[in-house]
Amino acid sequence: MMSRFAKRQLINRINMTIAVLMTVFGVFWVVWILWTTLRLGLPAISLHLFTQDTPPPGSEGGGLRNAFVGSLILLGIAVAVGTPIGVLAGTWLGEFAVRHRLGAVVRFLNDILLSAPSIVIGLFAYAILVDPLGHFSAFSGGVALALILIPVVVRTTDEMLRLVPGPLREAAIALGTPYWMVVTRITWKAASTGILTGIILGVARISGETAPLLFTALNNQYFNTDLWHPIANLPVVIFQFAMSPYANWQQMAWAGAFIAVLFILILSIGSRWLLSRHARS
Amino acid sequence: MTTLTTSQRNGSASKVPFDQQTIKITARNLNFFYGKFRAIKDVNLDIPEKQVTAFIGPSGCGKSTLLRIFNRMYELYPEQRAEGEINIDGENILTSKRDVSLIRAKIGMVFQKPTPFPMSIYENIAFGVRLYESMSRSEMDERVEASLTKAGLWGEVKDKLGQSGMSLSGGQQQRLCIARGIAIRPDVLLLDEPTSALDPISTAKVEELVTELKKDYTVVIVTHNMQQAARVSDYTAYMYLGELIEFGETDQIFLKPTKQETEDYITGRFG
Repeated sequence: MMSRFAKRQLINRINMTIAVLMTVFGVFWVVWILWTTLRLGLPAISLHLFTQDTPPPGSEGGGLRNAFVGSLILLGIAVAVGTPIGVLAGTWLGEFAVRHRLGAVVRFLNDILLSAPSIVIGLFAYAILVDPLGHFSAFSGGVALALILIPVVVRTTDEMLRLVPGPLREAAIALGTPYWMVVTRITWKAASTGILTGIILGVARISGETAPLLFTALNNQYFNTDLWHPIANLPVVIFQFAMSPYANWQQMAWAGAFIAVLFILILSIGSRWLLSRHARS
Repeated sequence: MTTLTTSQRNGSASKVPFDQQTIKITARNLNFFYGKFRAIKDVNLDIPEKQVTAFIGPSGCGKSTLLRIFNRMYELYPEQRAEGEINIDGENILTSKRDVSLIRAKIGMVFQKPTPFPMSIYENIAFGVRLYESMSRSEMDERVEASLTKAGLWGEVKDKLGQSGMSLSGGQQQRLCIARGIAIRPDVLLLDEPTSALDPISTAKVEELVTELKKDYTVVIVTHNMQQAARVSDYTAYMYLGELIEFGETDQIFLKPTKQETEDYITGRFG
């Protein structure tokens, strides 16, 4: 017969072991993904990857410059369009509509948008931009990505503002501060790290989106910075190259995938670093 | 309750009797509602100028609620409303047509937990001042120094005015908040349990400060700590279940209360 204490220790050890195994299991996949993309993409990873454009089918050499630049442009449009809308809408929810029924409805709708399939967003952007304009364009791709980014930013802004302690607002009000200044000078500042983290995580989320770009930015085998024309972008190039029968393209798809994962990893670590720096100060 | 009398503490033997005090704030037939719940019931109260008035009473008695009517803080919350009159310098602030910011500018408030703004120590003070006055950098420097000096914090922070207000200790943060409040030159200071989150040494500093501040300001302090009320206040109001049970000079309230309920509460026989 085991004593109660020994039994408790045994249960603790079993649970601890399971928890550690599960953690290792989770981390294992991330490492494996990074390793696989690196191993298969390694032959294509060189300076050329960043200085040359996508090669024609069946040829050797080439790089992904146009896709990298295109993706950055698309992300830039998405952030430029999505961040102000997301932050302001989140501010309305978190500061002005906390107790209103309309606020609850908007919050609920935003949550639906947050989980909307990205292909639906892509079709929507196609219907409102690509179809009326008559051609695919970088701009419509950026807007499609912004539509995915907005609910993420709205949600985090709303939540971060609601985490700001009420007495801080009241203290500013007690000085006679008008409410718009309470928000812009006090609560935004108090929540800024959290809001910024939300934006970064949102960018990480949209940087890998492929489906909405298939209908909007499409792709471009040439280098392009014109927002009104189709533009190359990493996710679609990876999709196209990986499905192709050419070894060079396939390698390049792996290299692109590795860079994409690395980019998201850096963004995530960056946001963690921001948060931890904030917690210390 | 034999140890603590205000006259011993404050050395104010030549105390002006209540009926000769100038009255700064009067409450008349004041009622307050959280939705349907009536939290303040027909309160009538005269708060004398440049004196410290303490509100005491058990949790939920309405003392903080009463304090928050004085600067119309309750207006932030749509389900809360006040009825009756609060007169400050003869103006009923509850129905005043003046901008509420201008009313609040005359009434500083300090909260239970310190609430430094997320900016530098200097900016914490300058922020409120800039709402009402435009002044040169050197004038602002003087105002910041004067406010921090008055709040007894200048010596501790004068070499790190650029540091975040959040980097200070709890007691320093609370004095920063007091400095911020007096920097805009109010007449009244409302202190809502200002020491309940502080350690005894910081508490002692804030209490000393309160006694100092009444030279220039009408101070109203809500406190859970009866010893604190006895130490710092000249007048004490005992509240229970939203009603003002007894109001009078602090010595009288603590030494010979006229109401049985007051005596039960201050002697710890409450309940």
